[in-house]
Amino acid sequence: MLNYVLRRFAESFLVLVIMSFVIYGLIGLMPGDPIDLMISADPNLTPEDGARLRALHGLDQPLFERYLRWLGAALGGDFGYSRLHNQPVMEVLLPRLWNSVLLMGLSFFLALIIALPAGVIAGLYARSPLDHGINLLAFAGISVPPFWLAILLIMLFAVNLGWLPAGGMGSGGDFWESLRHLVLPVLALTLLTAGGIIRFARAATMEALRQDYVRTARAKGLSRTGVVWRHVLRNAMIPVVTILALNFGALFSGALITETMFGYLGMGKTIYDSILGNDFNLALIGLLLATLTTLLANLVADVAYGWLDPRISLS
Amino acid sequence: MSAGGTSPRRTQTPAGELAAAATRALAIPRRVLWRRFLQHGLAVFSLGLLLMLILISFSAPLIESYLGVDGDQVNLFAIKAPPSEAHPLGTDDLGRDLLVRLAYGGQVSLLVGLAAALCSAAIGTVIGLISGYYGGRIDALLMRFADGVIALPLLPLLIVLAAIDLQKLGLPAAITSSPDINLYRIVFLISIVGWTTVARLVRGATLSMRAREFVRAAEALGASPIRIMVIHILPNVVSPIIVATTLSIGSIILLESVLSFLGLGIQPPTASWGNMLTNALELIWDAPALVYYPGALIFITVIAFNFLGDGLQDALDPRSTKDSGLFS
Repeated sequence: MLNYVLRRFAESFLVLVIMSFVIYGLIGLMPGDPIDLMISADPNLTPEDGARLRALHGLDQPLFERYLRWLGAALGGDFGYSRLHNQPVMEVLLPRLWNSVLLMGLSFFLALIIALPAGVIAGLYARSPLDHGINLLAFAGISVPPFWLAILLIMLFAVNLGWLPAGGMGSGGDFWESLRHLVLPVLALTLLTAGGIIRFARAATMEALRQDYVRTARAKGLSRTGVVWRHVLRNAMIPVVTILALNFGALFSGALITETMFGYLGMGKTIYDSILGNDFNLALIGLLLATLTTLLANLVADVAYGWLDPRISLS
Repeated sequence: MSAGGTSPRRTQTPAGELAAAATRALAIPRRVLWRRFLQHGLAVFSLGLLLMLILISFSAPLIESYLGVDGDQVNLFAIKAPPSEAHPLGTDDLGRDLLVRLAYGGQVSLLVGLAAALCSAAIGTVIGLISGYYGGRIDALLMRFADGVIALPLLPLLIVLAAIDLQKLGLPAAITSSPDINLYRIVFLISIVGWTTVARLVRGATLSMRAREFVRAAEALGASPIRIMVIHILPNVVSPIIVATTLSIGSIILLESVLSFLGLGIQPPTASWGNMLTNALELIWDAPALVYYPGALIFITVIAFNFLGDGLQDALDPRSTKDSGLFS
């Protein structure tokens, strides 16, 4: 077990290193570079100054050498400065990472406690009107454009009813004010996430119901409720857990849109703004943190998988 | 619906009968498939709806000439106009006819959806065939790669990829300044992340096909791996590929709309349903119709493709009609 976790850890680390190189290379391909930005900001700088600055910062070196230099600095704890925020990158990112974790955690939790029972019930009552109703809602959830859902929520709750703020974070650390600002983003992300989970849970439940041990359990006289609790649920949850973990990346993508729409200062919005604003250091570390979070979520899910399903040995 | 195909309708020569029987054997599953699909009311309705949307979108020039308007004509004296005879749905924030813009936007969204789905399916099929046929290390490597792509936070990475300066990649200016470059770029971007589902599916199907007698026979006869994959295995895995591709079109159209909405996909003045909503947050105050229509069209199109894919999947899965829940 420990061996398995360690090996997966090493694998995740390897993926992270590869991704850091890929992202480093991609960021270099974005329009403009830091020196161009300095030159356009300061009319006293001549192109010759630009060339000297490039040499000074090592920007005339080949890609791989620049990457190694960056990696060395990053491993030493120097992640660079954010151009947009005039702060060290980590000081910008860490509070926002926490905001995102809060948004995604709450939404994921709410989506789970709504969608798992709904999906299982739909599977147990397959092809009944109840199933059709739940299924229709799930399809709506996976088909709605995320940014449009956010706009509709803003129109309903902020513009027409005036109950909740349309966006932002609330000021001054007032708990209730922050909570009020959190409601709409969480609602949007929950609705976006729930549809997929309902579909997975429904399919997994129907698959579990097809198994022979369900027929056997019924034949030996176990009640329907008993079969569900003892046999169906336990087996249905195994694929659901894996798929949920694999979908963490999708959750992050949904969070990016939700945060952008509601002006919520999370990782997704920060990454999006940093790419549009040519803030290379921030974009790079932001993307890597997002990748790291996703990899860790997958790791947790792998371990949970082995714990849920004793037939799988993790060695 | 007639069952059909169970008895020959004409008397034939023995050779002709044999050929007919062989054709019938191939035809039956497809006919049965179609029949089972038709039982899925929602999917059939969705198919009709999609055909209608495609028809309307691609008759955009006809709508233009019928109404006597030009979809690209900016008219700052008639912005956000309410519906009128000349503009059945009113005008947008630059005074352009909304109906015509929606139709042209539909062309782009549907074309990108179909093209990217087909490209993804093609990449996925090749990778799945290789992975399933060769097995071993190649298989492990390709599937870990697929896992990695699935696990990554794709939207932020796609935003970076969409922001890349193509000239820095060394592409000639003739390509980077072509008006359709955004169209190709978005199809390419979606394809390089969208192939994983089809790849896994084809790999699974190929694994089970590889052990079948006809494949072993072909191997024994000395057929090359490529020939076996293309001639013997591929035709047998077409149906699941079609289902997976249909199911993927919906999410691809969603992805395109998100990227275009964020300003990184289809660029104005070319309309797409996504970029028509780019400044929606300002429009909700005085012209909510401009927000409702494009979003509703994306929603309807995506849900229709999802229902269609679901219907095809049910038709392919022999267990699906027998299924009933424990409590229903």
